[in-house]
This record gives sequence, structure tokens and C-alpha cells, in this order.
Amino acid sequence: MGRIELKGVRKAFGEVEVIPPLDLAIEDGEFCVFVGPSGCGKSTLLRLIAGLEDTSGGHIEIDGLDMTDTPPARRGLAMVFQSYALYPHMSVRKNIAFPMKMAGVDAAEQARRIEAAARALNLSDYLDRRPGQLSGGQRQRVAIGRAIVREPSAFLFDEPLSNLDAALRVGMRMEIGELHEQLSTTMIYVTHDQVEAMTMADRIVVLRAGRIEQVGTPLDLYRSPRNLFVAGFIGSPRMNFVEGEEAGRHGAHTIGIRPEHVRVGEGPWRGTVGVSEHLGSDTFLHVHGTGLAETITVRAGGEVPLRGGDPVSLAPEEGKLHRFGPDGLRL
Amino acid sequence: MATKASRTAARLMMAPAVTLLLGWMLVPLVMTLYFSFADYRPLRNVFEPWAGFGNYERFVTSSAFWPSVWTTLVLVGAVLAITVVLGILLAMLLDQPIWGRGAVRILVISPFFVMPTVSALVWKNMMLDPVNGVFSHVARLLGAQPYDFLTQAPLPSIVLIVSWQWLPFATLILLTAVQSLDREQLEAAEMDGAPPLARFRYLVLPHLARAITIVILIQTIFLLSIFAEIFVTTGGSFGTRTLTYLVFQRVLEAQNVGLGSAGGILAVLLANVVAIFLMRIVGRNLDA
Repeated sequence: MGRIELKGVRKAFGEVEVIPPLDLAIEDGEFCVFVGPSGCGKSTLLRLIAGLEDTSGGHIEIDGLDMTDTPPARRGLAMVFQSYALYPHMSVRKNIAFPMKMAGVDAAEQARRIEAAARALNLSDYLDRRPGQLSGGQRQRVAIGRAIVREPSAFLFDEPLSNLDAALRVGMRMEIGELHEQLSTTMIYVTHDQVEAMTMADRIVVLRAGRIEQVGTPLDLYRSPRNLFVAGFIGSPRMNFVEGEEAGRHGAHTIGIRPEHVRVGEGPWRGTVGVSEHLGSDTFLHVHGTGLAETITVRAGGEVPLRGGDPVSLAPEEGKLHRFGPDGLRL
Repeated sequence: MATKASRTAARLMMAPAVTLLLGWMLVPLVMTLYFSFADYRPLRNVFEPWAGFGNYERFVTSSAFWPSVWTTLVLVGAVLAITVVLGILLAMLLDQPIWGRGAVRILVISPFFVMPTVSALVWKNMMLDPVNGVFSHVARLLGAQPYDFLTQAPLPSIVLIVSWQWLPFATLILLTAVQSLDREQLEAAEMDGAPPLARFRYLVLPHLARAITIVILIQTIFLLSIFAEIFVTTGGSFGTRTLTYLVFQRVLEAQNVGLGSAGGILAVLLANVVAIFLMRIVGRNLDA
């Protein structure tokens, strides 16, 4: 069980309100990702749920019980930190055993759970090493192992992959996803990387300046972003925004079109290719001089022969246009 | 940089400094060694360049020798224990965000700036004195008989004075170590259900191990040669005569340079024994 509900939760550091009153319910077994630019309060929100920060108002309920003033250890949650926060003078085995030792779990049960966690996380060969002798990915796995053995009602991840290199990050992303499949425990995952959010989440919570901008499944957010901020934040490369006359033609203040929904070929928009990024599978064209916006980014096929300086004609897919009003909200 | 020519040049340029330092160290040591084998009593006009091991024999068999070794070890051990334990507690306290933390930190460090002779005089005359001392005033205020610290408990009094002087050093080193502890580790332990005492034992203490080792090693070196505090307060009487003080008495009060030099060499040996012993116990914390 691990249903977490925030009711009017507020956090202020002195005069500065970092999280205005906020309501959110995270269902049991859900993989929920908090995403937003740095400084948006997503980590603070996670720390409020963990109990590492005191709320300035509102209630936090876990499985229907008010846990607002319960110390972190008794909330039944486990957290994985960005810096891993392993205990450097203890072996991997002792690190993983530490929460059980504190909880007074008997030795046989400890050994059994360590064994199981080590097998699940491919750590069996490293149990007697110190954290200092492990690579970044292995340390991350130890931190996860330390969380698993507590058998928590929910896992909290605070940007756990941001210290890893790109290749390792993709691998760990899969492993955490698989772990969620196996355990089907509630997980709350904080990241600033929208790719991580899109690939892992059951549900994404997009935050800006402590406010929830939108909550929904990855595809919901991709297909129908509620406002300009979410539209620009979700999806890579960023959505193109066009204002003015062209937007007026579609009955909106601003229109948005994703790079993958603009085709190269006969169309109403004309410009010059600036930079073209050939990735093999795709080519990203940055088109200037369209008179619509400074740059229109286009995702074209991998074999497109266009280079910088070439004239190009673009056709947006009319059905995939997003229309926004003057207040930035979706029409 | 490290071509053959530049390395030769570097050696040449370092040579004067190295020679000077070497001479600075070696000359007194060799002189002491030389005198320790001589019968040299300048006031009586006695100078016999070779007296064999006579000085050593007399020094070690004198009734004052073993008590002085014991006193030295007790003094060093007691001061180490007090400064390390209180130093850890103070460091933990000063790490807390309290009002006026900067000022408090400077106040805590300040005893270290007071010269040993001065602090011993202040303690003797203004704190521990049975008539004028602060403690005796407090005792009278409470209706109790003032306690004559330096007569009744001379060695503990000196331990108190020296500890007061060295506590800032221990606190300072330990405070920097406490501050370098990763906050996320403490938070992780909090999430793992470790109460404050367990966090102290399993996270803070192991983290401080290296700093504690450094404090112990450095303090031992200086505490073995404590002199001014004893000279000013008890003058080495009432069982406060350390090995250092005994050497001083042999050389200057008895005017027997040979005997004192032998004692000096023995003191060097004792310091080395203590150092090796300490390195065995705590030195492995310096690895890794």
C-alpha cells in the first residue's frame, strides 16, 4: 500500500513561499514523476513528503493516515538521494543492512533480504567492498538496494541519475522501470530531464515555481499540453511557437507545432536552413527567415540532403497544431 | 619541468636551506648526546669528557625517575581524553545554527592565543587560588569551604589548565571535520530510522576518526614537553614532576649538565615509544 495525498501543502522559507498551497494525490503502485526546471520546488516537495522538511501548512496523508508531523523514519518511505548518500566507512553489505539494523530486524532475515536485493541489483560480487571502490552506477544500485530492503510503502527518488554519464543513465532508467514492474510499489521520482519523465512515468506532474502546471500521463502532456509552459517543456526538441498573423489565421494568439509535425516539402512556410544536425536516424533542421519566429525547428528523416544555406519549404500538419490564447492557456 | 638539468638546479638551490635545517636539528641533538656521556658540572668546574653510561644509570635509578615517567603519561593521557571528548561535543554544538555563532566560535578558539605562562598564572592566581580565586568565591557564596586546588589536587589542577589551553585546538580541527560531513548522509540515516545517538555513533564518529587521530598525534607531541604550566604553578612539587621538568631540574637546579642531557635523551626515547604506540593504535585511520 502506498497512496500519498497532499492537501493544501504549503512551504515557505522565511518570507519566500516556495510552494503555494498545493493538492495532489498519488495512487498506490503509481510511478509518478515530478518534473520542472531547476528551482521549481520539485525537490522541496519530495523532501516534504519524506519528512526531511517541515510543512508550513496543509496535510500529508499516507494510506489515509495524517503523517504531517510524523518523523521521516516512521512514514514507511525510502529515499534515494542524488549524491547516493552511502555511508563511506561501511561495506556495501553493511550499507544495505543499516536500515534493518536500526529497525531491529533479526540477522537471518537481514541476510535473506540483502541476498535478494543483491541478486535483483547485480551487486552480489560487491557486497564486501566499500562505496569508494564502486563505480557511479554501482553506487546508485547500492542506494536503491538500501531502499528496497526496508520494504517501504513508497520509494522517493531525488534526481538519482543526474550524476551518471549518458549511457549509464539510459541503462539505469530501464532498471528502475523494471524494478517498478517487479515491486509494483508507489514511486515518486524527481527529475529536471523531461526524457526521463516521459520514458518512466505513469503520470507526470509538471511544476513551475512551486505550482502544478499540469498532471497527466506522458502522452496526455504530449498531445494536449494545458498551457505554453508545458507545451515548451515536454518534448524534445522544443515545440515551435508562432505568434501574430499566422496564429490569427488559426484563430489563436499563439500556435505551437512540434518539430516532428512539420514536413519538408511543398507548404506555406518558406525559409533558409541554418544549422542542420544529422543524427543518422533523424535530421534536425533549424530554419531561419520564415518571418514566423526566429527559428523553426524541423525533424526530418535521416537521409534529408539539405545543408546550411539551402532554401526550404515547410508544411505543418494542420491536425497537430496546438492553439493557445493570449493568457497562454490552451484553446 | 622535470628534465635532468632542472632537477640538478633545483637540488643545488635547495641545498643551503636543507643544510641549515639539518644543522639546526642535528647540532643540538649531537651536543646533547655528547654531554650525556660526559661528567659536566660547570659550576664546580668539572668536565670529564667520557663518563660512560654513568649519567644514564644515575638518572634511571634515581627515585624521581619512574614517578616522573608515570606523571608524564598521566598528564598526557588525561589531557588527551578531556580535549578529545569535550572537543567532539563542542564541535557538534558549534555546528548547530545558533544565534551569534561566529562570535561564539572566536571565543571558543581564544584560549589558544593565550601564552602558556600567562594562562597558568591567571589560573593559579585568579581561578584556583584558595583566597582570591573565582572558585573559592563561588564556594564561599554557597557556604562551602574553599578548596585549595593546587595543594590538594595539584596534578588534576595542571591537567585542567592544560586541557583548557588545548581544547580550542581539538575543537577547531574537529569542527572543520564535522562540517565536511555530507548532509545527505545524515538525512539518509534519518530516513533509515537511525535516532540521533545512532547517527552520531555510525556516521559522525567514523567520519571524525581521521581528525581525532590528527588531534591525538599533534597534541601528544606538544603535551610531552609541557613545562611552563608546571613551573608557574607547583614548581614540580606534589607529584607534578614530569620527565621534562626533571631534566630541567637536573640541568639548571642541580647544575649537572651531563645528568640532564642523559635525561633529555631518555625523554626523546620515551616520546618515540609513545609515538610508535599511538601510530599502532590510531595511525591506521590515516590510510585510505
